[in-house]
Amino acid sequence: FGEGNNASEDTELRFATCQSLWSQIKLETEQIQENLNKQLFDNLISFLRQSHSEFQEKTTEWTYQMKSREIPTAALVLGVNVTDHDLTFRSLSEILQNNFTPYIALLEAKDCPGIKNLMQKLMRQLMNCYVDVDSLEDEDYVQVSQNRIRCSMTSIINWYESVTKKTDSETPSKKRTSSSRHCQSPPVVVIFKDMESFTTKVLQDFIVISSQHIHELPLVLIFGIATSPMIIHSLLPHSVSSLLCIELFQSLSCKEHLSTIIDKLLLTTQFPFKLGEKVLQVLINIFLYHDFSVQNFIKGFQLCIVEHFYSQPLSVLCCQLADAKKRVNSLSHEQCENVRRLPSFRRYVESQVSEKQIALLTEDNFLKEVIQKLLEDLHFYNENYVSVLRCLHVFTSSLPKYPLGKQIRELHCACLEHEVWETEEYESSLQLVRMLNKSDLVTILQQCVEILGSSSGNEFDKTVEKLKEFLTQFQKLEAEAFQERDVSVSSQKELQKKTDLYHLQKTLLELKESRRSKKLTKFEMLRFEVVDYIDSLVRNYLVPADHKTLHEIMYFNTASVLRGHLNAAPRIALHTALNNPYCYLKNQALKSDGGSMSNKAPDICIVYKLHLECGRLINLVDWLEAFSTVVMAVEGPNADAASSDQVDDTIHARFIRAVSELELLGFIKPSKQKTDHVARLTWGGC
Amino acid sequence: MPNLEHPAYPAATLLHLEGLVPCRESQVSMLLSIFGERQQFSFPSIFIYGHTSSGKTYVMQTLLNTLQLPHVFVNCVEYFTSRLLLEEILIQLQNCSSEKGQTSRVPCDNFNDFIRLFKQAVASRELQDQTLYIVLDRAEQLREMETNILPAFLRLQELTDRNVTVVLLSEIVWELFRPNTGCFEPFTLYFPDYSIGHLQKILSQNHPPEYSADFYAAYINILLGVFYMVCRDLKELQHLAALNFSKYCEPVVRGEANERDTRKLWKNIEPHLKKAMQTVYLREISSSQWERVQHDDGEPGQLKGLSAHTHVELPYYSKFLLIAAYLASYNPVRTDKRFFLKHHGKIRKTNFMKKHEKTSNHLLGPKPFPLDRLLAILYSIVDNRVAPTANIFSQITSLVTLQLLSMVGHNDQLDGPRYKCTVSLDFIRAVAR
Repeated sequence: FGEGNNASEDTELRFATCQSLWSQIKLETEQIQENLNKQLFDNLISFLRQSHSEFQEKTTEWTYQMKSREIPTAALVLGVNVTDHDLTFRSLSEILQNNFTPYIALLEAKDCPGIKNLMQKLMRQLMNCYVDVDSLEDEDYVQVSQNRIRCSMTSIINWYESVTKKTDSETPSKKRTSSSRHCQSPPVVVIFKDMESFTTKVLQDFIVISSQHIHELPLVLIFGIATSPMIIHSLLPHSVSSLLCIELFQSLSCKEHLSTIIDKLLLTTQFPFKLGEKVLQVLINIFLYHDFSVQNFIKGFQLCIVEHFYSQPLSVLCCQLADAKKRVNSLSHEQCENVRRLPSFRRYVESQVSEKQIALLTEDNFLKEVIQKLLEDLHFYNENYVSVLRCLHVFTSSLPKYPLGKQIRELHCACLEHEVWETEEYESSLQLVRMLNKSDLVTILQQCVEILGSSSGNEFDKTVEKLKEFLTQFQKLEAEAFQERDVSVSSQKELQKKTDLYHLQKTLLELKESRRSKKLTKFEMLRFEVVDYIDSLVRNYLVPADHKTLHEIMYFNTASVLRGHLNAAPRIALHTALNNPYCYLKNQALKSDGGSMSNKAPDICIVYKLHLECGRLINLVDWLEAFSTVVMAVEGPNADAASSDQVDDTIHARFIRAVSELELLGFIKPSKQKTDHVARLTWGGC
Repeated sequence: MPNLEHPAYPAATLLHLEGLVPCRESQVSMLLSIFGERQQFSFPSIFIYGHTSSGKTYVMQTLLNTLQLPHVFVNCVEYFTSRLLLEEILIQLQNCSSEKGQTSRVPCDNFNDFIRLFKQAVASRELQDQTLYIVLDRAEQLREMETNILPAFLRLQELTDRNVTVVLLSEIVWELFRPNTGCFEPFTLYFPDYSIGHLQKILSQNHPPEYSADFYAAYINILLGVFYMVCRDLKELQHLAALNFSKYCEPVVRGEANERDTRKLWKNIEPHLKKAMQTVYLREISSSQWERVQHDDGEPGQLKGLSAHTHVELPYYSKFLLIAAYLASYNPVRTDKRFFLKHHGKIRKTNFMKKHEKTSNHLLGPKPFPLDRLLAILYSIVDNRVAPTANIFSQITSLVTLQLLSMVGHNDQLDGPRYKCTVSLDFIRAVAR
C-alpha cells in the first residue's frame, strides 16, 4: 500500500482509515441488503411453513386423500444479475437454517450433469448438515453414511427417519430447544440455484422420483430463476409440472436495489468519502449497460476507496470532521506542500490578498488553521448539499417528462458535473414548476419542509421557516378561494336566472376576465416567489464539488483509472502490447515512432506486425522471408553472404516459435484450403 | 358380466379384487390365466403397455397384493443405474422372504452377480415352489442402461432356472424396445385408454362420505364435460375433482339449492371450472393458491399466473446483443450488407429473391452464426461506439447461461464459436421496445 510513497505521507494512518471506512461501508451495505430481502424471505418462510403444516396434520379428510400429492415449490424470480444471487441464496439458507429447518441442500447446475451426481451432492449436503446441528458424538454414524455409496431416495428416506426419530428420543430439555426453533419433523429444502442451466432430464427425473416419496419425505423445492417463470413450462413437460405446486416469489428489481444503495451510501453525510461525477458515471454505466450487478457496483466502490487512499497522500484527512481537525495539526511539512500543490487550493490562494497569499505559502501553522476552516466549510457544504438536492429532486421528479432525470442519482450527477442552474434542463424544469397546480405544490413544499427539518444542520432553520410561511400563505389563499368560489357560485346562480342571450354572453366574459386577473394577482405571485426562492437555494447550495477548495481530499475523480480497471478491453490491450511493446516493456530500445519495425522487438511483435499487412490467407514462406529481412536488417552488411539464398536455422526456429505463439493467442489458425497457408482470425486493426 | 374366475384362488378374494379394479376386468382375467396357479411356471416375461394413467401400475399392484403373490416392485426411474436397480431388487427380495428386518447389503455390480445372488436369495426362502414376480415400472428407462440388462431380464427364468416372471410396465410399444440382437419376445398386453364412461365410473366410485353417490356422480359428469376435451389423465382429473368440489357444494351448504337441483348447481360451477382449466390445470397458479382463492371467494383474476411475468429486464448492451443475435439468426448473411451498411449497393429485385423470401424465416427456426457476425451487427445497431471490452464478451456467455442464446457445436470453441438465438419474436419485440 505504501510502496512508492515516503513514510512522511502517513501511509499507515491512511491504510487504517481506509480499512475502517471500508468496514463501516460494508456493514452498512449488508444491513441494507438484509432489509431489502427481508420482505421476500418472510414471504418465502411463511410459504414453507404452510406447505409443511400440511405434512404434519396427516388428515384423513376425503379431499386430502383424493388430491394427488404435489411437491410444494417456490419459484424465486431474481432477475438477470446472476452474480448477486450467490449472496441472496447464502443469506436465505442462513435464515432458513436459523429458524426453520436444518436440512437444506443448495444445488448448482454445474455440479449436477446427471441425476446420479445430483443425488450424490444432495446426500452429501443433507448428511453434513445433520452433523452441523448435532454434536459430533455420533461420528461413527456419519462414517457409515459416508462409506455408503448407494445414493438413492430410499437411503435419504432412511436417513431422514433415523434423524427425526433421534430428535424425538432425545432428552426433553434438548428437545425443547430444538423444537422451539425447528418444527417436529422439519422439511427438507432443496434449492436449485440456477434453474435455467439444469438439463431437462435431470430435473424431470428428480421431480418424478421425489414425488413418489413425498409421503415419507417432506420435501420443498426452491427454484432460483433469472429470466422469467415461463422457463418452468419450457423446461418441464406437463406431466412433470403437474407434480409440483408452484408459487411465485419476486425479488426486488436490481435497479431499485441500486437506488437504495446509492441513496444510503453516497447521499449521506455519514461517510466522508465521496465519488466524483465522472467516477460515479462510470460505475452507473457499467451497472446499466453491462451487468445489473449490485455486487459489482459495490466492488467498484471499494476499488474507488482503495485507489483514492492509495494515490492521494492527503486522503489522510478524509475522515470525520473532528478527527480531521486533529490530524491537520500533526501534518508534516511535505504534506503541507502537497496541500499547496492542490489545484483547488491554488485557486483559493490566488483569490486572497497578497499578504495572506504569502502567509499561506510560507507558514505551515497558518496554513493548518486555514485548512481546518476550509475542511469545516467542506463538511457543511456536504451536509447542505444532500438536503437541498433532495428538495430539488422532490420538485423535479413530479414534472412531466423528467427534464432533470427521474432518479435522484441522475440529478446528483448533473449537479456534480457543472453548475446546474446554467443548464437548459434546469431552466425548462423551473418553467414547469411555475405551472404546477396548487395542491401539488403544497404537498411538495411539505415534503421539502420535512427533508430540511430532518437534516442535522441548523442552517436550515430559516429556510424551513420561510417554506412554512409559504405554506400558510397557500392555506390563506385556499380560504380566500373558498369565498371566491362562493361568489362565483352565486354569480352562476344569477346567470341561470338570466334568459337573455346577449346578457348571458356578457356576464360570461366578465366572469372569465375576473377569474384570470384574480389568479394572476394572488396564487401565481406566490408561486413565482416560491420558485425564485428554490432557485436561490439551489444556487447557494448545489455548487459543484470541484468548485470547492480542498475537494480533492474527499472526492475521488480519476475515472480513467477506474475505467481501466473495471472495463477491461483484452483485444485492445493485446494489440497495443504486440504493436507497441514499449508500452508494457518500458525498454528504451523499443521506443519507436510507430510505423517502422525494429529488429530489437520481440519476435512475436515482428510477426504480428507483418501479419497485419496480409489478407485473410497468409503464405508462410513469404512471411518467413519478410521476418528474416526484418531481423537481419542490422546485421545485413556483414551477413549478406549467408542470407543469400538460405534462411538461417535459428531464424527459422524463431519464426516458427513466434507463429505458434500467435496461433495460441488466437490470431491465426492453420487452414485446410491451401497448403503452407494460415488463416487470419481477426479483421482490421484490432 | 365377465366374472373373474380362477380355480387357484378363492372366489371371495377374486370378487374383492374385481371391486378394486373397475373397468379392467378383462385384462386382469387375462393376466390371471397367464399366471396360472401359484406353483406353476408362468410365461417368462410379460410386457404391459398403455397410455399414461391407464391403470397399469395400479392393476399390477392390487393384483399382486390382494392375491398375496410373492413379488418385487421396482421403479426404473428411481433406480437410475443398473447397479442400483439390481441391488434394490435383491434387497426387496430379502425383505419379503425373511422377516428378520436386517438387510445385509450385497454389492452387485453386474448381471452375473445378480443371477448368482438371486439364486441364493430364492433358495434360502421357503416360497420356492411359488412363482416370483419382478415388476419393473417405467421400463423404458432400461434401454438407457447397459445393453445386456433388458435381454437378460427377459430371459431371467431361463438364466436362473427358477420359477420367476418378469413384468415390464411401459408407456411405449414393444417395437421401440426390441434390441438389435435376437432376444426373447415377451408376451405383450395392451391396456387401452379409459373411455369417458369408464372415467365416470371410476371417478364416481370415491365419493365423499358426507354426500350421496348420485350427487357426486352428477358433479363428475359436469367436470368431465368441461375437462374431457383437454385431459384424460385419471390422476389429474381426480385431483381437479377434489379441488373444485367444495365450490360445487357451496349452494347446497348455503341452502340455496338442494342436491337434486342440478341445473342450478351447473350454472354455479361451470364458469368456475372453465377458469380452473385455464389456470390450475396448466399449473399457472398452484393448487394451494387456487384453494385459498376459493376459500376467500375472491376473484381468481387477481392472481397472476406464471406466464404473466414474461418481462425480463436486461442491461442495455445485453438487449442490443440479444437483438443482434436475433437478427443474425433469422436474416440470411447476404442481406447483412443491405441492412447494416450505410452505403450499400442498389437493391437488386430479382424474381428469385422474392420467391425465396416467401417461406418465412421464422418457420425455419434460428440458424447458427459466428461470433464475429454478432459483434459486427452489434456495432452497427448501437448508436455510439462500443469498445469490445471484456464486459461485452462476458455478457454473451451470461446470455448463454440464461438460455437466451445457445452455443452450437462444442469442438473448437476458442476460434470462432457459433451461437443460435433461442428467443421468440414476441420476446424480442418486448426487449426492443
